[in-house]
Amino acid sequence: MIEGILIGLTTALTFQNILMVMVGCFFGTIIGMLPGLGPMTAIALMIPITYGFDPATGLILMAGVYYGAVFGGSTSSILLNAPGVPGTVATSFDGYPMAQQGKAGKALAIAAWSSFAGGTLSAIYLLFMAPSLSKVSLSFRSPDYFALMILGLTAIAAFSSKGQFLKAMMMVVLGLMLASVGQDSLSDITRFTFNNMNLTDGISFVLVVMATFAMSEALTIILKRNDPTSAAKQVSLTELGSIKINKEERTKMYKTIPRSSVIGFLIGVLPGAGATIASFLAYGMERNVVSDEEKEKFGKGSVNGLSAPETANNAACSGSFVPMLTLGIPGSGTTAVMLGALLGFGVQPGPRLYMTNPEIFWSIIMSMYIGMVILLILNLPLIPYIARILAVPKNYLIPLILFFSVTGIYVMSFNNFDIYLMIGIAVVATFLRLYDFPMPPLILAFVLGGLMEENLRRSLLLSNGSWEFLWDRTLTACILAITILIVIWHIYKTFTKKN
Amino acid sequence: MNINTTKIISLLFFIFSAFYLYTAYQIQVFTFDENAPFNARTFPIYLGYAGLFFSGLKLILPDPNTIKVDHKNLEYKKTGILILIAIIYGATILKVGYFLTTSLFLFASYYFLGERRWILMFLLSFPFVAAFMYLLHGILDIYLRDPFLQSIGVMG
Repeated sequence: MIEGILIGLTTALTFQNILMVMVGCFFGTIIGMLPGLGPMTAIALMIPITYGFDPATGLILMAGVYYGAVFGGSTSSILLNAPGVPGTVATSFDGYPMAQQGKAGKALAIAAWSSFAGGTLSAIYLLFMAPSLSKVSLSFRSPDYFALMILGLTAIAAFSSKGQFLKAMMMVVLGLMLASVGQDSLSDITRFTFNNMNLTDGISFVLVVMATFAMSEALTIILKRNDPTSAAKQVSLTELGSIKINKEERTKMYKTIPRSSVIGFLIGVLPGAGATIASFLAYGMERNVVSDEEKEKFGKGSVNGLSAPETANNAACSGSFVPMLTLGIPGSGTTAVMLGALLGFGVQPGPRLYMTNPEIFWSIIMSMYIGMVILLILNLPLIPYIARILAVPKNYLIPLILFFSVTGIYVMSFNNFDIYLMIGIAVVATFLRLYDFPMPPLILAFVLGGLMEENLRRSLLLSNGSWEFLWDRTLTACILAITILIVIWHIYKTFTKKN
Repeated sequence: MNINTTKIISLLFFIFSAFYLYTAYQIQVFTFDENAPFNARTFPIYLGYAGLFFSGLKLILPDPNTIKVDHKNLEYKKTGILILIAIIYGATILKVGYFLTTSLFLFASYYFLGERRWILMFLLSFPFVAAFMYLLHGILDIYLRDPFLQSIGVMG
């Protein structure tokens, strides 16, 4: 291993590769900040460029874009409540309220430090645990994945405040229903398309996220002209606040970061899970472990609530490289694009990658440290400038949010049907928001929908249609037991509060 | 049972789930797949029932935290205009092209939201879109169809 680390370090510390990490981080941050243009688009755009490089350099550049885009995505989540990256949806829960309170600079600083710590810690875990972790992820079967999806969706209960559990569950079902539109992944049978060709490929994730977050947020701000919170919104637009983190906030982060980085890393290692589930689970777990007083602050600008998903999504980014590099199974959509690039370089991912191409495996791990340092150096001093976006008056900010949303969708499909669909979903979402129907459960369900169906299909086919697969394996049973405990705990809490 | 908007939304969701379930049962699957433990309609059917279950529960259970929205204070007019502008934008973007429609969309949105600083409005629409378009089309190599710019010879 020491030899591998040295090879990786030598490769990563060449001038060309350091430059690639810097370019990747910078480019990724800018792209990630633009709602609708996430790391997948950024990395996909990089593929033709990287063909001129050697595999290690190409992957280092793409990895830099990935971290940068995730950080950039959290910036737009915090400032605009427009997460262009699925992994930063949870960041907006507390990041955006904090920005609305005039602490945009502080929120961005917390996000930067948490991302840095999460990424660095997970790179250390990766260094020591990569070989054994690939074995753990190999032991996961379809029933375990299905149970994990159920757990992820049940965790949305953590996002819904008092009396909103059923509303949240309705949004979960709606999200899964939206995800079921289009071609069935196995049989290619089209479902719920009503003979409309535009729906054959299903509804894009970016479209749903843009509609339910960015566009509906913009419409809600206009709609609630006399809403008491509009005053706070106006204040936040003019007051950027300091980027300094005080001692009390640092203490909170010291506790949150280690546990969230572990969750993020472990979830990231699981093939198919990735930063989104990691950030949602970390947010849910953090909300459950903090004191009642701190719990009340969740969703209103909690330091723990912001630090947890930010740490976890960066940790998951590093974790998602493990299955991709060792098993050839991407841990997320973004690493799937990177996997395509890896194959394009003629590198066959698999358990033997350590031995056949140690410079690729280890140089990526080593470049993660460098990438995290560069991201911090690049982003912290730039925070006051990035945060200036909030100083844009509402009359300009709203059309610009709409502009980025529509452009993001248009650039993806060059199809005006998608624009109409986005407007339609945004109008419904705005109306639902008025009556406190939470949107995050819908998004999570939409992301997990396809994966959930695939794993349920495999599980049921393997067990000949019997539901016994739910308790046949200890791991599946344990995950489901945790899910049931969460539901019981919520019901118990609801009843005790009523009494 | 008190009738409030949340209950009406739940009722609408219940009807929607029933329609979804009906449509799920209508999904045509291959003959050999008809009696398989899992086919293309299995998951949607479960979802339809789940939708009926949760919205049904929301309908029949008491709602202690009723959300009251004061409709008099909501800005329907501006919101409606903004949605209308977005629809027109969607309808014209392919025919007219990205640059002109996006610039006009931004300009009209600023205007209807009450902005009257004409120079700033102009700068944040036409030149802004041109710069953004250069970033996408010129630097990032993302193709943007623009018949208008092609007709005046700016784009090849």
